[in-house]
Amino acid sequence: MTLLAVEDLRIDLAAGDAPHAAVEEVSFEIARGETFGLVGESGCGKSITALAIMGLLQRPLSIGGGSIRLDGRAIQDLDAGEMRRLRGKRLAMIFQEPMTALNPLLPVGRQIAEMFILHEGASWRDAQRRAIEVLERVRVPAPERRARDYPHQLSGGMRQRVMIAIALACSPDLLIADEPTTALDVTVQSEIVDLMRELCAANGTAILMISHDLGLVASMCRTVGVMYAGRLVEMRASAEIFKAPAHPYTRGLVASLPRLGSRAAVGQRRLQEIAGVVPSIADFPPGCRFHPRCGRMTEICRTDAPAVRTLPGGGLVRCHHHG
Amino acid sequence: MRVGTNTVIGGTLFAIAILVGILAPWIAHTDPVMDANLMLAEEPPGREFWFGTDAQGRDIYSRVVHGARISLTVGVVAQLLNSMIGTALGLSAGYFGGWWDDFVTGLTNLMLAIPSLIFALAIMAILGPGLTSLLVALGLTNWSFTCRLARASALSLKSQGYVQASRVLGYGDIRIMITQILPNMLGPLIVIATLGMGGTILAEAALSFLGLGVRPPYPSWGSMLSEARDQITTAPWLSVFPGLAIFLTVLGLNLLGDGLRDILDPQSRSRRA
Amino acid sequence: MLLFGVRRLLQSLPTVLAAALTVFVLFSVIPGSIATSMFDDGRGMDAEVMERIRKELRLDDPVHVRFANYVGKLAVLDLGVSFRSREPVAQLLAKRLWPTFQLVVAAMAFAIAIGVPLGFVAAMRPGGVIDAISMFGAVSGLSIAAFWFGLLMMYLFALKLGWFPTFGYGGWNNLVLPAVTLGVAPLALLARTTRAAVLDVVNADFVRTARSKGMSETRVVRWHVLRNVAVIVLTTLGLQFGALMGQAVVVEKLFSWPGVGSLLVDSVFQRDIPAVQGCILLIVLFFLVVNTLVDIAAALIDPRIKYG
Repeated sequence: MTLLAVEDLRIDLAAGDAPHAAVEEVSFEIARGETFGLVGESGCGKSITALAIMGLLQRPLSIGGGSIRLDGRAIQDLDAGEMRRLRGKRLAMIFQEPMTALNPLLPVGRQIAEMFILHEGASWRDAQRRAIEVLERVRVPAPERRARDYPHQLSGGMRQRVMIAIALACSPDLLIADEPTTALDVTVQSEIVDLMRELCAANGTAILMISHDLGLVASMCRTVGVMYAGRLVEMRASAEIFKAPAHPYTRGLVASLPRLGSRAAVGQRRLQEIAGVVPSIADFPPGCRFHPRCGRMTEICRTDAPAVRTLPGGGLVRCHHHG
Repeated sequence: MRVGTNTVIGGTLFAIAILVGILAPWIAHTDPVMDANLMLAEEPPGREFWFGTDAQGRDIYSRVVHGARISLTVGVVAQLLNSMIGTALGLSAGYFGGWWDDFVTGLTNLMLAIPSLIFALAIMAILGPGLTSLLVALGLTNWSFTCRLARASALSLKSQGYVQASRVLGYGDIRIMITQILPNMLGPLIVIATLGMGGTILAEAALSFLGLGVRPPYPSWGSMLSEARDQITTAPWLSVFPGLAIFLTVLGLNLLGDGLRDILDPQSRSRRA
Repeated sequence: MLLFGVRRLLQSLPTVLAAALTVFVLFSVIPGSIATSMFDDGRGMDAEVMERIRKELRLDDPVHVRFANYVGKLAVLDLGVSFRSREPVAQLLAKRLWPTFQLVVAAMAFAIAIGVPLGFVAAMRPGGVIDAISMFGAVSGLSIAAFWFGLLMMYLFALKLGWFPTFGYGGWNNLVLPAVTLGVAPLALLARTTRAAVLDVVNADFVRTARSKGMSETRVVRWHVLRNVAVIVLTTLGLQFGALMGQAVVVEKLFSWPGVGSLLVDSVFQRDIPAVQGCILLIVLFFLVVNTLVDIAAALIDPRIKYG
């Protein structure tokens, strides 16, 4: 059952006279309770896609075309009031930097309690009580005491738990997580990921996981979409994408993952990297955007942007020479 | 380097003020002190006396023009003094640390605890009126912000790689401070100096207005306003032009400072303060 | 919180002492400064008066004794006796304290009441018409000599229109012109600071989080923006209070307002050293107290200050 359907999404960046398309022809679907991952390097457009779904794009960014449907209902053009009603209640988001994502002047309990005031008309007293319950659910020890603490008194991992508590407080249908573990210590990362997975499974909440960490996304998500320079270049089941990446960019990403003990086996002595740099929005190369960095580039790649092709084993890819 | 409207307008106003000051003897119509004709006292602005005449029969226009010399000289020199003192103290305090830093910080806190105008007033009280005392009083009391800034910059810059490298190469401390650290804090320093000059000109005007700065018959804009106050019922135009001159000059400096800040110090968090 | 306040007050104690020392050095130690500074018509003091001053101020005692004496007297609030009026300085100051307090409070109230909302409105549409006009007005407000503005106001509103008296002290009527004159610069500064603070806060991450919770803009402002802006504005208020005190001296003199500032100016002209010292010390003290209060207020809102 499709919860979220993004079709041909285009996000414009206003710059001078003509707007640039920061994100183009992006289409994917997330079913109820499913976990979907969006992977790519910084600047590929994955974060602004998430903001577009939430309706949080600000000047100079705006939705330039395409549709976003929640349970079949188009939400990309909703007015502010309608969109507001969805946020927190049906769509929730957690961000990368929990330190700056929380108001430093308010106790964390209060920031969680706000959710109940906003969406369930609770009184402050009730809301505070339920906030403590939620803190317990995200496994924060001594929740009554913690609720009175301020963000700067908590560790990074705790703050992210608070963010998760806020996001899941009103049992949304979709949780968008934008690089939730990037700013955290490695040891804490897996705890947070497990927590998210568990809570969302229990509630039937779908997850849109955004990260540059292919390994993280592959381990957590059933389907993975790879973005490059504003386009979705590959979308596969995560098991497949590791075994046999179709797009040269994905192949490069997979190859660049450092693996313990694999040096001898694969005969490599150095960390693999993808040569070149991610193009900026103003300088997207013509044709296939990856062609300047691609080992398989031919003439057609320079001129024709590849169309989306379905792969035999399932999944989509955007390449003239995939497979 | 994008130059904004602020810089252009401010720079122009300030440049005009400086030009007027420099060219004063040539563009004034009369001698500002000596040419007094009691028969023509308190004439309103007209064809002959563009800004009118004062109670002594002196041409206001000429006095305002000459006043530019005095006010701007005080402003520039005093600010220069302030900047030099503040930079020297702050830079060395941040760089060397230790007891010297403690001393400078304590001194800066003290200076900040005594409002600068009042401190200047006190010094004028001791030294007596006059241009030199004015320069001393204004030049020694307004260096606190510069000092703080210089100290903060020195603290953050001294641990930079190139500074460490210079030390290893055997460069002397003073050389490092002057050739490596100072150039990197010039931007914000220039901004503070420009804005500070506006403040110094206002302070000189205030002191002269009170009778503690440049004294009559010399035409400081401030002292002219003090005289104007006595004649406000009979010759209200006296109150307009010197004040306008102060306003335009300081406005120019403020706009220029703001504009320079946008160019030289874009992430200044202490904005508009 | 009480502990914090006390701690802050104690921290300012060394500065107060240092200020007392500075005032002492300036006026009591610099040789001949008192007795021979030429003023007004260049006449010095005659020998008899000089002798009397020397005896009174015990100028012949060694410096450290004199300073100890001085501090000791300060501790019991004995600020000496005015040269001119033979009144105890402390008494003189006590009479002048309330008018200055009134003036300063009225000026700040005026500045906050207009400056802060103006900054908010300007920040709502940055680059818009209201923004441009109010920010230009703010720069102008900062460039105007307070006494010139006061002079113009006096002319327009008191002499021409007759709405307010030109000088004097007593009722609300008398307070308006001086307060507005003194309040212009702080108003301008507050407008700019508030605008910058609002723009910063409104683009902050936690405001984005608040919006992602489904909060209306009004609630976002009420629950999150106001608090954070207040902290920034408070800090600025405290910092520029010193400049305000300096300006108050000039404004008091312009409007013949019977406060500490005009007493200071008069005493300087009359070479009334004890009075001058007393005024300066009082102003410094006042300033430090205000700063401490501002710090406490900021700490009440921003928990990081106390704990951090």
